[in-house]
Amino acid sequence: MKPAAPAPGGKPRLTTSAMIASIAAEGQATRPAPFGHALVAAARENPAILGMTADLGKYTDLHIFAKEFPDRFYQMGMAEQLLFGAASGLAAEGFTPFCTSYAVFASRRAYDFIHQTIAEEGRNVKIVCALPGLTSGYGPSHQAAEDLALFRAMPNITVLDPCDALEIEQAVPVIAAHRGPVYMRLLRGNVPLVLDEYGYRFELGKAKLIRDGAEVLVISTGLLTMRALEAAKELDKDRIGMAVLHVPTIKPLDVETIRREAARKGRLVIVAENHTEIGGLGEAVARDLMLAGIHPTFRHIALPDEFMAAGALPTLHDRYGISRDAIVQRIKGWLG
Amino acid sequence: METGGAMAPLPNKTLADRAYFIRRNAVRMGEVQGQGYIAQALDIADVLAVAYFHAMRYRPDDPDWEGRDRFLLSNGHYAIALYAALIEAGILPESEIESYGSDESRLPMSGMAQYTPGMEMSGGSLGLGLSIAVGKCLGLKRKGSDSRVYTLFSDGELDEGSVWEAIMSAAHYKLDNLIAIVDINNMQADGPSTQMMGFEPLKEKLDAFGWFTQRIDGNDLGAVIAAFDAAKSHPEPKPRMIIADTLMGKGVPFLEARDKSHFIRVDAHEWQLALQALEAGRTA
Repeated sequence: MKPAAPAPGGKPRLTTSAMIASIAAEGQATRPAPFGHALVAAARENPAILGMTADLGKYTDLHIFAKEFPDRFYQMGMAEQLLFGAASGLAAEGFTPFCTSYAVFASRRAYDFIHQTIAEEGRNVKIVCALPGLTSGYGPSHQAAEDLALFRAMPNITVLDPCDALEIEQAVPVIAAHRGPVYMRLLRGNVPLVLDEYGYRFELGKAKLIRDGAEVLVISTGLLTMRALEAAKELDKDRIGMAVLHVPTIKPLDVETIRREAARKGRLVIVAENHTEIGGLGEAVARDLMLAGIHPTFRHIALPDEFMAAGALPTLHDRYGISRDAIVQRIKGWLG
Repeated sequence: METGGAMAPLPNKTLADRAYFIRRNAVRMGEVQGQGYIAQALDIADVLAVAYFHAMRYRPDDPDWEGRDRFLLSNGHYAIALYAALIEAGILPESEIESYGSDESRLPMSGMAQYTPGMEMSGGSLGLGLSIAVGKCLGLKRKGSDSRVYTLFSDGELDEGSVWEAIMSAAHYKLDNLIAIVDINNMQADGPSTQMMGFEPLKEKLDAFGWFTQRIDGNDLGAVIAAFDAAKSHPEPKPRMIIADTLMGKGVPFLEARDKSHFIRVDAHEWQLALQALEAGRTA
């Protein structure tokens, strides 16, 4: 059923941001187009790197690369199946294509092409996709709530969900040097800079303890690591110690570090992810802890199993429980 | 024929001989399995004979040789036909015929890149080949290579939207190093291809999409040779398409006459009869 028209008057409503808008909060430190600039730097070192997109160069920061290396950039038109099939062909000829699109289109429209021509054939293609999880207010057409589940289920592909501009900058040369298919979620535009404060260093396949705490352990990835760190600062005010274990590599999962941290006694363990509650980091961690015989009190902060609403992102993040304040409230509730 | 390799083809074998041995190898594989896409293998044997023994450059003892022409089999279920050609070309040993479709075989029922020397892609999920071909053609041009990409696909694949994405992009990028062959045997899984989804007038469509297009009888060796020659020598910077109308079961009269279906029935005793029919057709 369609909702009734909003009544006039009442409190001012936020409006949906343009697709190209930054997800940064007002006043937050950011870096512009970290992926585009990092790819240019990597491409200067490695002549095999190419850039390809399906009509979303400007919306994935690949235009920075296209401007710098016009002869190494391929515009494939609004045709994601072609994009990934052609990338497979270029990789088979020895090149390292970085293909960009939106996460919804790579995961939902072009899945079989990635499955067959890239993952099964083992081609060295890097798939870098903007608008992961709930980072668009356009509704389900642009909200890739299930991309991690889909790519986790695909054999022979590395899956990454970086947290901020610093991590994107560090991950690009690493995945360029890694041989094999990679799917990386992307934050684009003016991307928040968060992890510099913690002396963070990205390592492929490694979970990193960003901060420690005695009462709560949040195991998080991507945007939700940023939110968890913000929530931890709020909880500090109430003397609630919250550790944050950041897991940028969803597959293969760093089970050793996750088990070690989750096995520490007396902490509420929460997995937080910008993804549907089905098939993402939460279920991966829960399964592994069960297999390892580690049974902490376990909670999950994730997007619901439903088609989410259109609207302004701050409103949606509050409604679906992934804003800083929503996270703080839920954790306090769980601690009782 | 350019082979560029150490093992030149036997000069005393004609292209008709090559087509005969490709058909024979395929029937023998069908007999091993007791089934297979044999009617398709028989219809495309003439095209493969011309591709592998007239048009393409490769080294039988070095299937990954950088200077080779690439052959992409999009319709993976035609693997039985391509294996038959790769055996005739000396890329695969004849002894592996016995392993076709068996456990641990390098010759699975549906062609896959990581299983078989000379198999450049994993087909089977139909509509993939042309997109990969576009990427390979772009890659070869980047490398300054004069190698070509040949890709075979089936008329049923014309139903797939991705095929038309690739058709548009190949013309957009002026991929004159691409030679695509579409097998019009007018049969797909649920029935005659033209009845499943009308794709005619195909030549006119492809012309309009910016391809150099030829339509031929794909079982007329002379016409196939001329089409490959014209595709290679055509001066315009366009991708090249050969529309090959073929007859399922070609070369085995009782299969040519059988009610057509995607997966044609062959009884156990008929494989030997098929080999005899091929032999009789060859000497006739």
